[in-house]
Amino acid sequence: MKKIAVLIEIRDGKLKLSNLGVCSAAHESGGECIAFLLEGNAADAAATLQEYGIEKVVEITTTHGAASWNPEVWAEAIIQAMVYYEIHALLGLASMQGKDLLARVAARLEAPLLMDCIAVNLARHTAKKSQFSGKAIAEFKTCGDYHVYGIRPNALTAVPAPCRAAVESFKASTGSPGLSVKNLQQGLADDIDLTEADVIISGGRGMENGDNFNLLHACAQTISAAVGASRAAVDAGWVSHALQVGQTGKTVSPKVYIACGISGSVQHFAGMKTAGIIIAINKDPHAAIMSKCDYAVCADLFDIVPALTRKLRKVAA
Amino acid sequence: MNIYVCVKHVPDTAATIRVGADYRIDEDITFIMNPYDENAVEEAVRLKKRMAGAEVIAVTLGKAAAEATLRSALAMGADRAILVRSDKHHDCITTAGALCAAIRQDGNPDLIFTGRESIDAEGFQTMYRMGVNLGIPVASNVIAFDMDGQRVSVISEMEAGEHACLEMTTPCIIGAGKGLNQPSYPKLPDILQARKKTITVIDEEQSGTHSSASRVETVNLEIASEERQPEALEGSAEEIADAIVGILRNEAKVLMNS
Repeated sequence: MKKIAVLIEIRDGKLKLSNLGVCSAAHESGGECIAFLLEGNAADAAATLQEYGIEKVVEITTTHGAASWNPEVWAEAIIQAMVYYEIHALLGLASMQGKDLLARVAARLEAPLLMDCIAVNLARHTAKKSQFSGKAIAEFKTCGDYHVYGIRPNALTAVPAPCRAAVESFKASTGSPGLSVKNLQQGLADDIDLTEADVIISGGRGMENGDNFNLLHACAQTISAAVGASRAAVDAGWVSHALQVGQTGKTVSPKVYIACGISGSVQHFAGMKTAGIIIAINKDPHAAIMSKCDYAVCADLFDIVPALTRKLRKVAA
Repeated sequence: MNIYVCVKHVPDTAATIRVGADYRIDEDITFIMNPYDENAVEEAVRLKKRMAGAEVIAVTLGKAAAEATLRSALAMGADRAILVRSDKHHDCITTAGALCAAIRQDGNPDLIFTGRESIDAEGFQTMYRMGVNLGIPVASNVIAFDMDGQRVSVISEMEAGEHACLEMTTPCIIGAGKGLNQPSYPKLPDILQARKKTITVIDEEQSGTHSSASRVETVNLEIASEERQPEALEGSAEEIADAIVGILRNEAKVLMNS
């Protein structure tokens, strides 16, 4: 039987929920699904992953120890595990970490790689992904001995498929890397990962200044939403580039995207057009986003956002 | 010191994409230098200014029209350029092979800069394949670059405010992120001067083709639909806020504890 590995991503010691959609994609192919875990607690991860069709969790450690993150060491360890477990198809998240790690694995294996897929068919080795800043959708077929796919976070739905997952360890013997990691600076604990969030509240030029983003943060906090921004707000210096959604920022697929004072350029849509529900709040009824959203609120965001924050506080209480 | 910059000639984001035969796009539209590659050229030129005797060479793989992007790189301060000319469609595997062959033929790279991704193919992998091809380390999404002798230190941007400080020795490959610098746009004298700089054109067939059993084939390419039928939410701020809470709770089901 064909075996498929899913590279699991952990953040702050916890399993990212977006891993589960990737597990479902692997499970749907009908092959044996193995999860590769490079950090975090394997027993805890297995308890969740076995609900989504994962039959084995392999805790990979390296000669350099388990905890020290080094993308070259990890890529080498993943390849050794793939060879040991006779795996020819590897799936992972197209997060920043996944983009780096999966590409290193594919390059070393000279395997075809499709990154940021929004649909995947492992039986046919095909996947769909966006092209030309999201303006087109391409379907590709990968040919070769190995196949690597990075899945856009939250693009695939997690479908429960309970089974029992065994936990194993695999120790890779890794050589000395050409890249050394001197320091890994963690984000603040209350930073919600934009690409992971169910709800994103984003601000654009209409926010008028950086201080006004506090209104969005206050609203987001009530429901553990993430705050995003358009390029206009980032270029104006109001918020950090880390918050930018769009072509030269992050690509997100939340369940709900609330755009406040964002005109909705092609570049911005490139980063959020796969959101489930788009709610646009804009004073200008002719802003592009008002005709490309699900709910259009033609009003002043400075009236709507504080009102929404008050309502959500009550709901959360 | 030889500093290579790999750039790509891509459709302007604002251009309307049409799909023609063989899943190729209608190329009668405006093309630009891939935006992330502008950061790569900028960083290479800044480094060159600090290093006596350094040369910046822009390299691209593409059709004859890609010369326009090489001219842009020359106007930004690159010294000369190489066009690996090919009319074929390339996947990331053959692209990396062709770029590496052209660089090898030209000289020994000390540094290779490129953008962290191209905005047309969105492949996120060419630089890593080049790293394996040339046997040198790669750091991507770089937002700060520093070099001391052969030692290169960079800051790579990870998720949500996470940064990694990475160290390598030359030769190595740097994938430029948007935050690396603010590209300075060329002035008229720079553009005029760029016209006099040399672009060496080599045929892809002559550059030593790289054959691989692995490849990516296009099965389909279609324009993404933007089907959303906006529904207007109207009323007082209170009423609209209630409506949004209703959407979050009932339609999106993201309010767990209510």
